[in-house]
Amino acid sequence: MAEQDDHSHPTVGQYVEIGIILAVLTSLEVALYVFREPLGRAVTTPALLFLTAVKFLLVVLWFMHLRFDHRLFRRVFFVGVALATVVFGIVGANFYLGPGLGF
Amino acid sequence: MAADAHPQAATAEGGHASSLGVSNEKMGMWALIGSECLFFGALISTYLIYLNRTNDGPTATGIFDIPFTSVSTFILLMSSVSMVLALAAVQGDDLRQFRVWTIATALLGATFLAGQFYEFTLFVAEGMKLETSPFTASFFVLTGFHGLHVAIGILMLVSLWAASMGGRITSGKAEVVENVGLYWHFVDIVWILIFTVVYLIPVG
Repeated sequence: MAEQDDHSHPTVGQYVEIGIILAVLTSLEVALYVFREPLGRAVTTPALLFLTAVKFLLVVLWFMHLRFDHRLFRRVFFVGVALATVVFGIVGANFYLGPGLGF
Repeated sequence: MAADAHPQAATAEGGHASSLGVSNEKMGMWALIGSECLFFGALISTYLIYLNRTNDGPTATGIFDIPFTSVSTFILLMSSVSMVLALAAVQGDDLRQFRVWTIATALLGATFLAGQFYEFTLFVAEGMKLETSPFTASFFVLTGFHGLHVAIGILMLVSLWAASMGGRITSGKAEVVENVGLYWHFVDIVWILIFTVVYLIPVG
């Protein structure tokens, strides 16, 4: 098999560290909500999306082992994510370009 | 038989290897998760389309209880940690620890579901029903389907625990636990997205 199938998973200590990071990131998200008035949407929305993306990747790469597992699993998953992103893109186009698209 | 040896060869964690060199069961779980991405992508997009179509009914800003949902989010996130600890335990052949972490994960999931049920009850009491507006319909369908996935995950976890009590889960069967874990973590990442896109950004 040309592709490597490395099954070395993270240690218990690493799992706990990732869990703590996820808890801290969630706390930051809540803090952004609490301080939404002084910060404004221009700051909170991109910051929330960034924190969400980091949490998403931490769970997918470490807890779901995509960082360590066979490349084929990564491809199958990210094809699904890419297709979902296309759906998001169409919705975004609907928002920004108006009802002329037929929605 | 030599012809059967390759497709039936077992992977290191107890699954059946395919001609691709990966476990069929794990491949099947990843294919399911890949397709579920599109399913939830469509539901979240539908919610965003209808976010402002409230028909003079409740709005996201007026009805969501962010502190309550934050606690629910934290509980579901911590269930992902207990899930990976259950996997690590079964891989280390520590079945007692495996049972503890598996049942802890199921209980955390059940607590999340109870919170969602309570939240739905409050919404309905305040006049936010499925048929109130396109906004409420898309919200209930999205979060309801997520809740259904959590419930299915809890059933899987309880089944794992019961199988372990019956001596049918050992380190040689760790891949079964890993596949259930993949499903559980997927349910978690969907909620990570919902918490931000459905709750925090519209209200913030």
